[in-house]
Amino acid sequence: MSATLPDVSAPAGVPPAEPPPRMFSATGIAGLALLSFLGALAVLGPILIPWTASDRDFEAFLQPPSANHPFGTTASGADILVLTLLGLRKSLVIGLVVAVAATAVAALVGAFAGYFLGWVDRTLMWVTDLLLVIPAFLVVAVVSSGQDRWIALVVLLAAFMWMVTAKAVRGVTIAMRDREYVRAARFMGVPAHRIVLRHVIPNLASLLVADATVNVSAAILAETTLSYFGFGVVPPDVSLGSLIADGAPTALYAPWTFWWAAGLLIALIIAVNLVGDDLRDRFDPALRAPQ
Amino acid sequence: MVRLVNYAALIVVASSLAWLLAAVTLDPRANYAGRTPAPAVAVVDAALSEANLNDKDPLLDRYLTWVSGMARGDFGRTWDGAGVGADLAERAGVTLRLVTAGLAVGALLGVAVGTLAAVGHRGWFDRLSGGVVFLLLAVPAVVLANVLIIGAVWFNDTTGTRFLMVSGEFTDGGPLDRLRHVVLPALTLALPLAAIVSRYHRSAMLDVLNADYVRTARAKGLSRRKVVVRHALRTALIPTTTYLTFTFGALLVGATITETVFGWHGLGQRLISAIVTSDVNTVAGITAIAAVALVLCAAVAEVLQRMLNPGRPR
Repeated sequence: MSATLPDVSAPAGVPPAEPPPRMFSATGIAGLALLSFLGALAVLGPILIPWTASDRDFEAFLQPPSANHPFGTTASGADILVLTLLGLRKSLVIGLVVAVAATAVAALVGAFAGYFLGWVDRTLMWVTDLLLVIPAFLVVAVVSSGQDRWIALVVLLAAFMWMVTAKAVRGVTIAMRDREYVRAARFMGVPAHRIVLRHVIPNLASLLVADATVNVSAAILAETTLSYFGFGVVPPDVSLGSLIADGAPTALYAPWTFWWAAGLLIALIIAVNLVGDDLRDRFDPALRAPQ
Repeated sequence: MVRLVNYAALIVVASSLAWLLAAVTLDPRANYAGRTPAPAVAVVDAALSEANLNDKDPLLDRYLTWVSGMARGDFGRTWDGAGVGADLAERAGVTLRLVTAGLAVGALLGVAVGTLAAVGHRGWFDRLSGGVVFLLLAVPAVVLANVLIIGAVWFNDTTGTRFLMVSGEFTDGGPLDRLRHVVLPALTLALPLAAIVSRYHRSAMLDVLNADYVRTARAKGLSRRKVVVRHALRTALIPTTTYLTFTFGALLVGATITETVFGWHGLGQRLISAIVTSDVNTVAGITAIAAVALVLCAAVAEVLQRMLNPGRPR
């Protein structure tokens, strides 16, 4: 359930114009601004709000937004504002941690396989192919249905998100292992594992950063789906996914139980995708060149 | 021939892995916990062994029982003794109807939007559709389904009818009744699909519209519409068809959310409930169906590609 736009390349026959060096495009900046705003909300919000997730207001069950509860209350009297911001925080953390972990694994596996080739490559790529074939949703759902800690969910999500990137990294590494600076390091007697960690992977930074951003929104969407079925984040933890699942049955007559979480989730994904598309546009030429 | 063996091996390995994973992790015994009066352990053991779900039986024996059953076309039993095969066959029909409707609408919409966007490259329609696609891709299926339900209730209220139905596959079974039930779940599948397909198709069309043979066709005096439809669209459909075929296979089990929200008793929804009730045989059976579906779709994609390729021998 990838949330990225398919790569829309320039029409064949028309050579793409050399883009001038730039930091971020207007849409990228908009995405960054939205993302920072949401991040600040997630970090500061729950601290500033007088309610906590376990508080119950016994004078307000399923009440629409009011001065006391700006986002309204749930059927059990919990404040939806604080729940939503805590959920935003958890979704952000899950997205970031999963993306960083998955990209790190992809970089290591792909770079080692591409640099060493031979049996290392065959073993690592066999594992990669195997994980690609296994139905990921089934594994994550089955294994995490017995797990109550959200960190287990993070590990599981990351375990099934690195394979495609690892293959891309491997391809680039194979092209890179005969570059002068890699050869120079090899002839100077630098151990192979250090060449991979110090020379190959840092040179892939742009590709990896763009990929990690794309993975953030993919991880958040995957967590939403799992939480909806009760296989993801479970109480007392809340995420935007679990809030949407809780709010959906009452969305018709108590819209505030559903729309805040749904809206924030969509805003979050849009922000991440804006940044991700921008990063990919910038790094793609560099990514294609060595292949 | 080699490919056939390869496909068969893939199906066997994938479903065996699913069975193994489910057998090791799931706990069918939990279905009997918390009952009053508590059933005797021996009774529970006997019932579980009957369904080949007893965790006290050796794993290898259980696996061999399951494999030999599958080889004979017997999918095994659920924890409460119902046959898995008949249940899944019925559900496969439900899912097939839902996914076919969703895929047909999504494909038509996506190809139409993609073609128009490519023909008017960088025009207003291209930009507008690009923006809508970007928005659609940020909306998770759960949210989309619920938004559609809210929209349908509003639609029914404003028009004073009860045209759109939000739950189940049918109430009395007539064709119009079925149509009223299928609109919303099909849209839930179709909209995100159309978003992705339109982008794929747009870039494929852009590649083709600049190709020499399209220019030649224009130069020999064919109208623009004819060139786009007869020459460009056909070639551009090749990558799009491949994508659609594989999506069809993936959706047969992957329409989980749509089926759950709209109360269609299909395969994806059954997978979730089977995990909850620890029905190892059902989980493995659904995985086997998914694997077969994907392999079939791979084969169909290949055939379609050959048919659409204008360079094929006639």
